Amino acid sequence: MKIAVLSGKGGTGKTLVSVNLAAAIAPSVYLDCDVEEPNGHLFFRPKSIQREAVTVKIPAVDETKCNACRTCVEFCKFHALAMVGTRWMLFDDICHSCGGCTLLCPQQALHEVEKSIGEIQTGTSEGVTVRTGWLDPGQSSGVPIIRKLFAAESPLDQPMIVDCPPGSACIVMDSIRDADYCILVAEPTLFGLHNLKMVHELVRLFQKPHGVILNKCIEGDNPSKDYCLEQGITILESIPFDKTIGRLNSNGRILARELPQYHEMFTRLHQKIREVAGYETAADSER
Amino acid sequence: MKIAIPADEQKMEGNVCISFGRTPYYLIFDTEAGTGTFMVNEAAQSQGGAGIKAAQAVVDSGAQVLLTPRCGENAAKVLNGANVRIHRSIEGSLTENIEAFKAGQLPLLEEIHPGYHGH
Repeated sequence: MKIAVLSGKGGTGKTLVSVNLAAAIAPSVYLDCDVEEPNGHLFFRPKSIQREAVTVKIPAVDETKCNACRTCVEFCKFHALAMVGTRWMLFDDICHSCGGCTLLCPQQALHEVEKSIGEIQTGTSEGVTVRTGWLDPGQSSGVPIIRKLFAAESPLDQPMIVDCPPGSACIVMDSIRDADYCILVAEPTLFGLHNLKMVHELVRLFQKPHGVILNKCIEGDNPSKDYCLEQGITILESIPFDKTIGRLNSNGRILARELPQYHEMFTRLHQKIREVAGYETAADSER
Repeated sequence: MKIAIPADEQKMEGNVCISFGRTPYYLIFDTEAGTGTFMVNEAAQSQGGAGIKAAQAVVDSGAQVLLTPRCGENAAKVLNGANVRIHRSIEGSLTENIEAFKAGQLPLLEEIHPGYHGH
């Protein structure tokens, strides 16, 4: 079962939830898809790390063959190509690696070359396989890294927890595409509600079963909670605004490994998700 | 010499558009003939790479000078590649900018911004 954890903005508690969930239900797989700022590894401190480079294909020109016909420039709908006089120009940050320009070139002057955009690191931490995607600074899209993270072989019988990037852009869509269930993490503020609505819209669009974890709950109004009740969204758990959590978390410690009540909370969360996602019977009958 | 200017409207007394890549029109003004033509900026509607596409159109128009309040990095690469000089425009009409340029009052645009790209 693949469970994706998302929120409309950074700092809401995606990593807290996904790291603890993966740790509580080990053996499991933790995928850090927040490739611009991966931080799950700071908690897991995985051992025996293996690295794999991630590359994409971009076009290159053979100037002796190019006759400046502009077929490629006119084809590229991302406008990654320009022709200044007879000089061919590529804006590789904008190139989506579709390969169309290379295929269409009447002079066969274009060919594809590999460009490195980042890497994937895989390690283990007390029964959790930790896979982290790293996008090199300055690269525009982490989507190829996310695809590679998912493409790697993982133990089929182990649950997979996907720590998504913040927001609701392309890169988040790629992170939840394969998910069986989505956990939306929300803060108890109006801004938190705004961010919750963004990801809620996304999971509805993808028709994913989903539920909300209300994080940093304090006494008083909780607009995110009101929204869930009004929309009939399952509230999976409410995590209090608690100094102990804050302190352990900022020291890179995993609550579920240190405090029994949190181990219990995240185990219960997994159980609840399996029930609502209809996983219970299928998984249990295998035992 | 031909001068390109991003334009809000298709009239000489109209204003310079604040955006280079997303401007609705370009004025291509021929200083020798003293006449100009307006060209629709087809890049304005594109999702990404508007600056590159717009710069390509300006280069293709044969303009040697661009008057604009701002310009992104990618567009500047295309324009520089074609030796199009980029001068900073002033607030006011297209006509006023052409006059100011002729009088040598418009300095080269120094700040090239990294662009407003988003995925």
